[in-house]
Amino acid sequence: MSDIPSELRYTQSHEWVQVNDDDVITVGITDHAQELLGDLVFIELPSVGDEVAAEDACVVVESVKAASDVYAPVAGEVVAVNTELDDAPELVNTDPYGEGWLFKLRVADTSAVESLLDADAYGDEVHE
Amino acid sequence: MVIFEHSKTGRAATAQMPQDSVKIDLPARFLRESDVGLPELSEMQVVRHYTQLSQKNFSIDTQFYPLGSCTMKYNPRACNSLAMLPGLVDRHPLAPDKYSQGFLQIMYELQEMLMEVTGMQAVSLSPMAGAQGEFAGVAMIRAYHDTQGDAARTEILVPDAAHGTNPATAIMCGYKVREIPTDDQGDVDMTALREAVGPQTAGIMLTNPSTLGVFERKVAEIAGIIHEAGGLLYYDGANLNAILGKVKPGDMGFDVIHMNLHKTFSTPHGGGGPGSGAIGVSGRLLPFRPIPVVEKTGERYHWLTEKELPQSIGRLSAFAGNAGVLLRAYVYMRMLGREGMHRVADFATLNANYLMKRLEQAGFELAFPERRATHEFIVTLKKQAKDYGVTAKDFAKRLLDFNFHAPTTYFPLLVPECLLIEPTETESKEELDGFVEAMICILSEAGNDPEKVTGAPWTQPNRRFDEVKAARELDLKWTSGE
Repeated sequence: MSDIPSELRYTQSHEWVQVNDDDVITVGITDHAQELLGDLVFIELPSVGDEVAAEDACVVVESVKAASDVYAPVAGEVVAVNTELDDAPELVNTDPYGEGWLFKLRVADTSAVESLLDADAYGDEVHE
Repeated sequence: MVIFEHSKTGRAATAQMPQDSVKIDLPARFLRESDVGLPELSEMQVVRHYTQLSQKNFSIDTQFYPLGSCTMKYNPRACNSLAMLPGLVDRHPLAPDKYSQGFLQIMYELQEMLMEVTGMQAVSLSPMAGAQGEFAGVAMIRAYHDTQGDAARTEILVPDAAHGTNPATAIMCGYKVREIPTDDQGDVDMTALREAVGPQTAGIMLTNPSTLGVFERKVAEIAGIIHEAGGLLYYDGANLNAILGKVKPGDMGFDVIHMNLHKTFSTPHGGGGPGSGAIGVSGRLLPFRPIPVVEKTGERYHWLTEKELPQSIGRLSAFAGNAGVLLRAYVYMRMLGREGMHRVADFATLNANYLMKRLEQAGFELAFPERRATHEFIVTLKKQAKDYGVTAKDFAKRLLDFNFHAPTTYFPLLVPECLLIEPTETESKEELDGFVEAMICILSEAGNDPEKVTGAPWTQPNRRFDEVKAARELDLKWTSGE
């Protein structure tokens, strides 16, 4: 059974979102997603300053099995990326909700995050 | 062990050494002063080293290889020996047409045969590989819309059951990709397609049969929808083996097709090349063909270039494509003839369907049990992964112990824990039965003795490799241990 923290928001494409204090959200992929992908070997991150629209593909995560896109859950500007992952992509496998975060977005309107799935709804998606 | 580790100072293969008397006519400042650093071995040692390496290989010459035409189907020896005739090999690519009539005739007849088998109006042989053929195809679609002054078409539709190279090609040609989902029977989701099509649609890239190993049944309807919206249809020829001589992409309504001549038409290419991505076009794209192409005027064969085809997307290679691959394709097609072409598709699909039914009877779960297979089919091992912790990768590794190469694993991405099995047309029933027996045995081991499968291979020159470490710590350079 994969881990789905109750304080986060989720997308159907298996991203998680954490709202920080200052209109900035942190985005990563869920425990379920990293389980499906298997051991990650390479992660291509966006550039700080990139403007992304909701559902834009903005990260590529690559495992031995497959390469997959990660999508922006909402629109915003990339204000930080997790450069630790360049040398240690396995952090996404070992700590998907912590050290394995992918990027941070400054969003015009954090209420857009409210329309994403909550932990229960995401849990239903995963287990159906 | 690499060959450098066998090196002993002063040892040499004398017969292979350059003569000291050869005069080197270069200024002294261009000559190297340090040693080249080549390994020093006798001829016998070199022969043994490489022969032993080759014996560690799994190959289609020694074992059943159900990766299929996607990687390596059997390539008849005659195709190679005839393509190596001195008159063909020794011809200079810049030799004038009048001294190249034989070669040009072969290229012309190859174009004609490919037109016949695909139902397209013209063929250009110049793309050097599948990826370049794809690029040429979408570049022509772009040129077509540009010529119409239609700049609003910014999107290429790609079903999620298409080949992974298709979206990459569309991006390379400056298009946005819109993915179309697949329904539960493996066909394109028509509702989603209708919603996605519009004045922004430049075209659709379709693989038919798709990577799910099923024929796209609504292809005529799809062609109607795309054409009505002003878009064009691109056919990815990677799975051409299944339909040779049976149904023509031109008749399905496609405007452009690329063919992997190295896959379907007999060139060994498992090591990554050389390839040939010849393309065929409908009437709409005729002016945009990549050059050069061969034309016949009266009894004379000659090249068409920028002069005759000013709207061409241009040249994709220095000369006229990979001549060696084209020659092998020609020999293969001439040997098969019209009847043989049918038999390739007949036996490729018969073998796949036989294998599929036998594996289903043996308790394997098929990804699309309701569908007839084309030249390949998909088994999903998600139940075995869940119940016993034995994955598709473990099955693949264990097959090596039974002297079978593994089928494609973990592709297509739509099916979890999958094996994509393509036996090809050249395998005998006995060989297929042997593969089924091995799969039954592994299935039983997965339940009763899972370590036997998860620890495999046990009998090969090397045990299981650490793929994750190899990918994370990419280290391709050997340095001496001194």
